[in-house]
Amino acid sequence: MGKAAKRKRKVSGPSTAKGPVKSAMAVVKSNPFEVKVNRQKFDILGRKTKNDVGLPGVSRSKAIKKRTHTLLKEYKEREKSNVFKDKRFGEYNTNITPEEKMIRRFALERQQNYGKKNIYNLNEDEELTHYGQSLAEIEKLNDIVDSDSDTEERGTLSAELTAAHFGGGGGLLRKKVSSGQEDEEEEKPKSRKELIEEMIAKSKQEKQERQTRRESTLELTEKLDNDWKEIQTLMARKPPKSERKDKEVEKPKPDEYDMIVRELGFEMKAKPSERMKTEEELAKEEQARLQKLEADRLRRMRGTDEQADKKKPSHVSADDLADGFILDKDDRRLLSYKDGKINIENEEEEKEEEEEDEEGGEEENENEEESEDESASEDEDDAADSHSDLDSDLESEEEDAGNKEEKKHKTNENESQTVEELDPKREAAKSELPYTFAVPESYEAFKSLLAGRTIEQQLIILERIQKCNHPSLAVGNKAKLEKLFGFLLEYIGELATLDLPELRTIDKLVLPLYNLCQMFPEAASDSVKFILRDAAHDMEEVIEVKGRATLPGLDTLIYLKITSLLFPTSDFWHPVVTPAFIYMSQLLTKCRITTLQDVIKGLFICCLFLEYVSLSRRFVPELINFLLGVLHISLPKKQAQGYTVVHPFTPVGKTLELLLVCDKEDLESWQKQNLPLSIVTRLKETSKTEMNHIRLSCLALCFDLIKKCAALYESLPSFHEIMHPVRILLTQHVPVNEYPEKMQEWYHSALKELETKVKHYTPLICEKKKPVPLKQYIPKIVKVLEFGRKQASSKKEQERKQLIQRHKRELKGAIREIRKDNQFLARMQLSEIMERDSARKRKVKELLGSLATQEGEWKAMKRKKWKN
Amino acid sequence: MARAAALAASLEAVLGSRSNANRVFEILEPLAAQEEEEDIVSAGRTCSRLFGALLERRELFVGPLPAQDAALADRYSAEDKYKIWMRHRYQDCVGCLGELMGHDAFQVKELSLCTLMKFVELEAQYPLIKIEWKGTLTFPFDLLKVVVDGLLPVNENASLLISRFQEYMDYDDVRYFVMKAVTANIGQVMQKTKERPLPFYQQNVFSLISPINMPNKESDMVKFMVKQENREELKMSKLQAHRQVFQKMWLAFLKHKLPTGLYKKVLVILHDSVLPYMNEPTLMMDFLTVAYGIGGAISLLALNGLFILIHQHNLEYPDFYKKLYSLLDPSIYHVKYRARFFHLTDLFLSSSHLPAYLVAAFIKRLSRLALTAPPESLLMIIPFICNLFRRHPACRVLVHRPGGPADMSEDPYIMEEEEPSESRALESSLWEIQSLQNHYHPDVAKAAAVLNQSLSEMEDDISGLLELSGYELFDKEVKKKAADVPLEFEQVRGLFGKKNDIFAEHFSLD
Repeated sequence: MGKAAKRKRKVSGPSTAKGPVKSAMAVVKSNPFEVKVNRQKFDILGRKTKNDVGLPGVSRSKAIKKRTHTLLKEYKEREKSNVFKDKRFGEYNTNITPEEKMIRRFALERQQNYGKKNIYNLNEDEELTHYGQSLAEIEKLNDIVDSDSDTEERGTLSAELTAAHFGGGGGLLRKKVSSGQEDEEEEKPKSRKELIEEMIAKSKQEKQERQTRRESTLELTEKLDNDWKEIQTLMARKPPKSERKDKEVEKPKPDEYDMIVRELGFEMKAKPSERMKTEEELAKEEQARLQKLEADRLRRMRGTDEQADKKKPSHVSADDLADGFILDKDDRRLLSYKDGKINIENEEEEKEEEEEDEEGGEEENENEEESEDESASEDEDDAADSHSDLDSDLESEEEDAGNKEEKKHKTNENESQTVEELDPKREAAKSELPYTFAVPESYEAFKSLLAGRTIEQQLIILERIQKCNHPSLAVGNKAKLEKLFGFLLEYIGELATLDLPELRTIDKLVLPLYNLCQMFPEAASDSVKFILRDAAHDMEEVIEVKGRATLPGLDTLIYLKITSLLFPTSDFWHPVVTPAFIYMSQLLTKCRITTLQDVIKGLFICCLFLEYVSLSRRFVPELINFLLGVLHISLPKKQAQGYTVVHPFTPVGKTLELLLVCDKEDLESWQKQNLPLSIVTRLKETSKTEMNHIRLSCLALCFDLIKKCAALYESLPSFHEIMHPVRILLTQHVPVNEYPEKMQEWYHSALKELETKVKHYTPLICEKKKPVPLKQYIPKIVKVLEFGRKQASSKKEQERKQLIQRHKRELKGAIREIRKDNQFLARMQLSEIMERDSARKRKVKELLGSLATQEGEWKAMKRKKWKN
Repeated sequence: MARAAALAASLEAVLGSRSNANRVFEILEPLAAQEEEEDIVSAGRTCSRLFGALLERRELFVGPLPAQDAALADRYSAEDKYKIWMRHRYQDCVGCLGELMGHDAFQVKELSLCTLMKFVELEAQYPLIKIEWKGTLTFPFDLLKVVVDGLLPVNENASLLISRFQEYMDYDDVRYFVMKAVTANIGQVMQKTKERPLPFYQQNVFSLISPINMPNKESDMVKFMVKQENREELKMSKLQAHRQVFQKMWLAFLKHKLPTGLYKKVLVILHDSVLPYMNEPTLMMDFLTVAYGIGGAISLLALNGLFILIHQHNLEYPDFYKKLYSLLDPSIYHVKYRARFFHLTDLFLSSSHLPAYLVAAFIKRLSRLALTAPPESLLMIIPFICNLFRRHPACRVLVHRPGGPADMSEDPYIMEEEEPSESRALESSLWEIQSLQNHYHPDVAKAAAVLNQSLSEMEDDISGLLELSGYELFDKEVKKKAADVPLEFEQVRGLFGKKNDIFAEHFSLD
């Protein structure tokens, strides 16, 4: 440090103010004694060396300088609580020249004072006025003499006042005058002090007077009040109405608007919620939802991206019950009051509405009553008259708020809890159906629960079972309701196998089935699969034993139909629908057609097939085969030409002519009718004509199905080959002319659908194969794993490690700095102590010196004296 | 029970002393008369014991049996007379038992069969014919013939009895003689009926001869009912002889017209259990050719035998492929013998020397017919067709025709053409398979989509697919585990409540 400073001093002579530092540095750098070189052991190409050359002297001096500026300062001021802050503008800024500094400071000052009014600031531009005239103008126009005379003449200021206020300047003046006129006959003029005392006394007296006056008035009013009271007791009667009205006018009852305002003020602040959606928006939303579902369905139908469709699990909130429950509609109940009790509506909307109306009326009534009460209470306590209104209002508001809260509370309860606390009245009305149902444990229990009830009641029971045992209510409910699905399915099957199948009931029962299915897709699919497997297994056994099978009963057909209602049939693969497809295919190919019922069942399955593929337009060969076979058995026996029927139909055999109708009358009298499904179970008691009519209906159905198939498969490239046998049969073999007109219509529409399709073939072309990339000889670059060095696995980990390292380095640096600070301080303290000690020593020396001289002098004197 | 006791007493008496020989009639009487089942059974048992003992004691006359009247002549000693008489009783008994094999009750039938077979065994051991030289055959062929005649009634199904008889067929000698007897029997019976098919009889013959398990090597033939020392020299111990007899029997059986059901059954086993054991399988050529010409399922089945003849015995069959081609009709995908047929078709079409037009015609026809096939057949036929493409790359134009005409109004392929070369299959494309890419069964659709891409080099193994049944498919699908079950989103409005419901148009819920 010392060296550097010296050197600096040496060189600084000729260079400019800025120059010396630079040149000093350059000198330092060029001085080999200053430079410390960190010798490199190995020269590595491309490595940037940061610390190969160091200037330890320079850096040390820099550090010490910095410490003297900061640390030392702090140390010196360690016991001082006051801080002198120099806020002068640019005091320590060396970049600004002093002149400029002054200018800026002045500007700043002006800026600060701008806009502030200062009465003492006479230098300002503001004009001072006297009696509305500018003082400056007055100064200009009138000389002082003039004004003096004026004042004397006009006497604008009373002598007394001027004497009092202006210290008797005027008095002196006057004294001069008066002394000239009246001589010494008057008393000695009052001194200033006297004058002031006089004034004080005067004002005091005035004050006292005022006080006594007020006291007397107070006394008087008090006296008056007492008098009034006395009088009032004397006339102890109600004040006349007019008077009261006046009072009311005086304090008018707060009008409605105010009340509302206050009410709104007190009302619980409504949180901003989503606004009610308009119908259009709802419709749009619904449409969007359906579109999304439809897109989903299409994707599944194509079955192309099965991997992709493993969609990420949707976000599940922590509050989610994970019960798969979807609120289809808002089934919260609205709360209403009836006879002061909470009334809970049932599902019937009409009643709800009625009650709502009633409720509204009741509320109004209540309000009226309340207002009446209010007025009565008003009458009673006249004393607290002024506040009674407000109070009662407040009360009523509080009540309202309370009710509201209660309402909310209750509705919440209703939402979560069950129908347990229902209105007894309603219960009676609802023909003793209990409100809570446990889920039946066995199928028998389930059956007995529904036995003897009407369809509507059964539906209600099912719904209540579902509500009472919602999965969110208890742990085991999910399993129970899943079982319920199985029971319901079994029940439907049983209804279908009855002698007189209760199809109407089934029609209704499908709804709860659908709902349950939506809640528990897995369980539902398992149950349906179980039923299908049973049916297929039975058929397989029969085939093994007898070699042929018969078509199953109505229940299985209904199950297949229900499958199409519960599950999307257009999926490329579906755990339930695909087995159902195969089962139906088996039915159409393996089962013998021997009776008319078989034909109807077969056609039913054909319809099922068509419905299953109506969206996906998938090709079902069995369907065409079966329809061809059905047409075949409607023909008179003859050698089949141009087409071949396949299993289960045979070109020859006893099932031929099963659908043939020869009776002319029956042909004439036939009307297209919907085939009742119950035919499947009982056909015996029908007459021959009816049988013939059923046959013709089957045939018409067959024609219609062919037409639908043609429309469906139009786009298949080999549509014509597929439909070829059917077309030949229709055009060459069907005895159209014998059919009744209606049937001919069916026939022609089917044929037209078949024949209008254009033949269109494009040669097939394979998809291009992706070219196999050539083998390349570029070395594969692999990250080399260095031994002994930790390999950070990921980027994140690497970053973390870097951070830790940097922290360590900083910590080390900080510790070093602190140590250096301490050393610096210790050095400073030491030098201080040394200084102090040396000063003391010097002083002691001085003192001792002076004492010594004193002593010397004293001794010298003594000697002298003694000498003398 | 009394009857049984009486029979036992008679038996003891007869066996005890020759003076009581006449009591034999007491034993034989219930056999001949229409008695109760139980009585016949007990009488049969007694007979079996009686003559068994007599045979063992050699108390029956040996050598050609003189007539009963002739035996009374003085030439014979008393001993001989007794023996001759007793032998006659034995013959009576055998006759009765032979008749009893046509009895209504199975118990009786079974008993007679067993008794007769016991006699056969004993007689072979203690022959009733004189052994003149060492090589004399001691096997009682006549007795066995009685058994075989009893086993093959003309008017009833004797399959149960025949299955009971099968245990004796394990003996190589019994089998040999049974085959001989059957041949003779067929000759006799069919001569009488003059080519009229006898369903029961033929069925019986079939059930007797179809399970015959021929030995493969001579060394396998060790199980004989009759142990003769010089067995090796005898004819019946030669495999060649066995085969000769076997062949004769089958030829005799198949010479006559068979009912359709039996025809199929014969054809089913022919290639496996008949042809390999014949000395000259080519003799079956006529039968197979006729069968192949019948058409339908019978033709399909005849194919197998024919294949063996062509393959192993250099049979030249003119227009074989044309015939095969004409066999392809919609029923091939539905019949029971589908697996066998396609196995063979695969073999026939495996040759790489077949002309492309032929293979193309097959491919085109098979795929055209696939438009009516059930899914289990489709799953088999699509890889089958893919294999054909691999073997015959020249046919790939069917799936890949880059420079072809852009638009055609008609499929050039002529389905009705019998001659594969005239069918113009090579000018066509496989639109059928393209249609099947829209099949409802996901696996079929996937399999069909393979043809869109260029095929891999390796052939698919279709052996596992041949036997696929619809139920297996169903089972496989049902057992698949699904991660999640998509649901129908359209709200249900009742059973027939969908929009545009077909059911609502044609069915009512009454």
